[in-house]
Amino acid sequence: MSTTANAAYATDLKQLAEQAVARALALGATDAEVVAVESEEFHVNVRLGQVEQLTESGSRALGLRVLFAEGTGSRTASTSTSDLSPEGVTRIIESAVQLARVTGVDPFAGLPEREAFGSNDVAALALYFNDVDAITPAERIEIARGCEAAAMAYDTRIQNSSGADFDASTLRRFMTNSRGFSGEYRSSYCGFSVTPIAQDASGAMQRDFWYSSARTAKLLESPEAIGRIAAQRALRRLGARPVPTQRCPVVFAPEVARGLMGNLLAAADGDSIYRNSSMFSGKLGEQVAGENITMIDDGTMVFDHDLEDGTHLRVGGFGTSPFDGDGLPTRRTVVIERGVLKHLMLNTYTARKLNMQSTGKASRGLAGAPGIGGGNYFLEPGVLTPEQVIGGVSSGLYVLQTMGHGVNLVTGDYSVGASGLWIENGELAYPVEQITIAGNLKDIFRNVVAIGNDLEFRGSGAVPTVRVDGMTVAGS
Amino acid sequence: MASAPNLLSSDAPDHKRYFLTHLGLTERLLERCLGEALSAGGEFADLYFEAVTSTSLGMDEGIVKTAAQGISVGCGIRVLSGERTGYAYTDDLSPERLLKAARTAALIANGPQTQRVQGFNETRTPSLYPVTGVTADAEIAEKLKLIERANKAARDYDSRITQVRASINDELRRILIAASDGTYASDTQPLARLNVAVIAKDATNTARGTSGGGGRITLDFFEGNKSPEHFAREAARTAILQLGAIAAPAGEMEVVLGPGWPGVLLHEAVGHGLEADFNRKKTSAFAGLIGQQVASSKVTVVDNGRMPGRRGSINVDDEGNATQETVLIEKGILRGYLSDKLSSRLMDMPNTGSGRRESYQSIPMPRMTNTYMLNGEDEPGDILKSVKRGLYAVNFGGGQVDITSGKFVFTASEAYLIEDGVVTAPVKGATLIGNGPEALKYVSMVGNDLALDEGVGTCGKAGQSVPVGVGMPTIKLDRMTVGGTGH
Repeated sequence: MSTTANAAYATDLKQLAEQAVARALALGATDAEVVAVESEEFHVNVRLGQVEQLTESGSRALGLRVLFAEGTGSRTASTSTSDLSPEGVTRIIESAVQLARVTGVDPFAGLPEREAFGSNDVAALALYFNDVDAITPAERIEIARGCEAAAMAYDTRIQNSSGADFDASTLRRFMTNSRGFSGEYRSSYCGFSVTPIAQDASGAMQRDFWYSSARTAKLLESPEAIGRIAAQRALRRLGARPVPTQRCPVVFAPEVARGLMGNLLAAADGDSIYRNSSMFSGKLGEQVAGENITMIDDGTMVFDHDLEDGTHLRVGGFGTSPFDGDGLPTRRTVVIERGVLKHLMLNTYTARKLNMQSTGKASRGLAGAPGIGGGNYFLEPGVLTPEQVIGGVSSGLYVLQTMGHGVNLVTGDYSVGASGLWIENGELAYPVEQITIAGNLKDIFRNVVAIGNDLEFRGSGAVPTVRVDGMTVAGS
Repeated sequence: MASAPNLLSSDAPDHKRYFLTHLGLTERLLERCLGEALSAGGEFADLYFEAVTSTSLGMDEGIVKTAAQGISVGCGIRVLSGERTGYAYTDDLSPERLLKAARTAALIANGPQTQRVQGFNETRTPSLYPVTGVTADAEIAEKLKLIERANKAARDYDSRITQVRASINDELRRILIAASDGTYASDTQPLARLNVAVIAKDATNTARGTSGGGGRITLDFFEGNKSPEHFAREAARTAILQLGAIAAPAGEMEVVLGPGWPGVLLHEAVGHGLEADFNRKKTSAFAGLIGQQVASSKVTVVDNGRMPGRRGSINVDDEGNATQETVLIEKGILRGYLSDKLSSRLMDMPNTGSGRRESYQSIPMPRMTNTYMLNGEDEPGDILKSVKRGLYAVNFGGGQVDITSGKFVFTASEAYLIEDGVVTAPVKGATLIGNGPEALKYVSMVGNDLALDEGVGTCGKAGQSVPVGVGMPTIKLDRMTVGGTGH
């Protein structure tokens, strides 16, 4: 990279991407696809009232995939770079073409058919709000500081903190290929969080956190309210202890229910389905969960908000995008309907492997072929309040946090560390920790005996409070 | 540092040449950027240049389906002012962009310039790993042979193996660090990993098995006993074994951990809790425990960044300091923390050369390298014989720790029941949970069979991933909670 090269540093990402596709074709590729991203990032960490870290930067990168048709299939390779100088771009085009020579002919590889491409209306999805950039660094620091201060003022047992963070970012993503697809969108994000530390008389410490995140500054919650919730969450863990090993009902709070029930979509992932390496392989159309379970993945969600000033705002979900990683329009897919596996999470490749149609779930980073990734997802809520769900348990566990990666989607075996509160006679009695919860997902999905009405999107996925019976709690 | 001076070769390669010739940087420009970074009163500034080329090849269903190459080049500029860190990075290394990033980072401080840029004093580095070039075509052919061999060996192992994926990922990371305190260091860090993942299926069950290994090595590493066949058979063996596994027991019991990768226990139970940043902030369950008993007297744990060829080893850390061997726990007594420049300055303690970062986009922080427990005197066979009823875990997936409460988990992927001193039925994967400052107090036996892992570890902290190693001899813990569903 030289100064001269940088003077010619293409300012138009779109032009750069289109040129790269054309140049790959000129070198003999049958098809080519380019993803280009440009992002701006801001991060500040405030601890004990003082700024500890502040990062402000931007970056750009380009990813290329080339395909060489041969017989009924294709050879394919991909390259990516953060060096967008003419030399840098030339280098990834040439190395992609060279690399493709060493790969095998895959009968199922290839870009989607022309008629499959498409994009939802970018403006209607409301993914970008320029007010995120308009919050000044001083205001961002003040939000983080105010949030931490509220957490620390909440109770004298909170004298320390892991700090409060404020993040803001904007992203511009562009994708184009040799079959005529061209799509582009911008998105914005801002959010803050705080992690206070509570300490009891014995000196034992507990931390917890809470957060607010949004695509627009208008939807950020009050820093003080978030700080108070974080403080309450840390305080209620003080004095936690293990409970004896037993089988009992387990109630999952929304933050952990999201991970548990998200396994329904992970098991419906086309990649593991075609490999026969998912517990849902060969189960399409069959009952895989209780009749009370309906799970939906929707990459098109836009939420309506009524603001305090009386105005109305439509904002795209965190998992919303106009097109997927293959360049197909995103869509709403009922994956599990009343316990029956109705549709799979498919991209173009896995759909071809299974002789089906893509469900628009391709995810595409910069490097490599598209994988599988959903948009927004949620479990259809029930009618009980969370208090009623907890109230129905005479003796059991209310899980607030899980730890570890003990989920096996091949067999369904599930075993994770946990902490939370013990339920006695329908009331939250005392904090527990250093325990594990275990079972098999195939049973767990059939043994969801209560679902709360507390569906709230704090991220791309949302699952209300759920109660699962028949799990093993291991402790002292 | 005192250890391993023999590794300092007189004709050490000039790692910085890549940046000065290929990327057009000059020492004058580095000084200008550092000067700009200190212009608002910062006490310290450093520049971290990084150029990474990574290649990955994957065989799947008997076809080479993936071939990918990535290039990442950039510079991160950091300014310290008291406990404050200002940071900016750029993927454009032109003088204008570098100076702009330096000005952005500088603004963490708020005043007139107080510090001057010291003359550069180049860090002498050992040569813990071979200096290789970026993957050449010939090497790609060689790597393809390795994954083809792995694919074949896994399929040949047993007719119940129905799916095989073999991949090889490698990268070459070049770094150059220049700091206002005169630190001037560079390194070229190769890293390779071969991975095999299989699915086994019989009439009633399906199971997975994975294996892999590597390090900062050249490809001939895979020609010895760490051959593609070795990893393939290991993955296949685990999957077949799991087909017949019974439910893991639930509750507190005696646990024997085998040698090697089970050392991930140390990484989670004590390693993270001993990183200096958490202790400076007093957010770690280990804060204030130096000099105190945190493990049984049979336990000595070190972190060693200077093991030749190891995945967790580095010639210099990402702040330009030489790495070293650091004693964390000596005969059960907590001896020290892992520190970087910021924490050693603020805590007035030695810098252990533990400042690491994922990339130029990340702020460095104290991290582990290769963390392991030293040998004891027990025979592994005697350790197993001493257990009436318990779990023998020989391989693990990942783990996680809450450094504030000290609670940690790690998930066994290959484990057996021990009944009356005899290893019996294989059990399904289960998560084990413990409390960091307490767990190692229950270590009652330590084997004489220390082994390090095969070279697959990646540690995540605050969103940053870095390669690490772990190791341990066979040990017995008198009590630990096992998260199964059985009795």
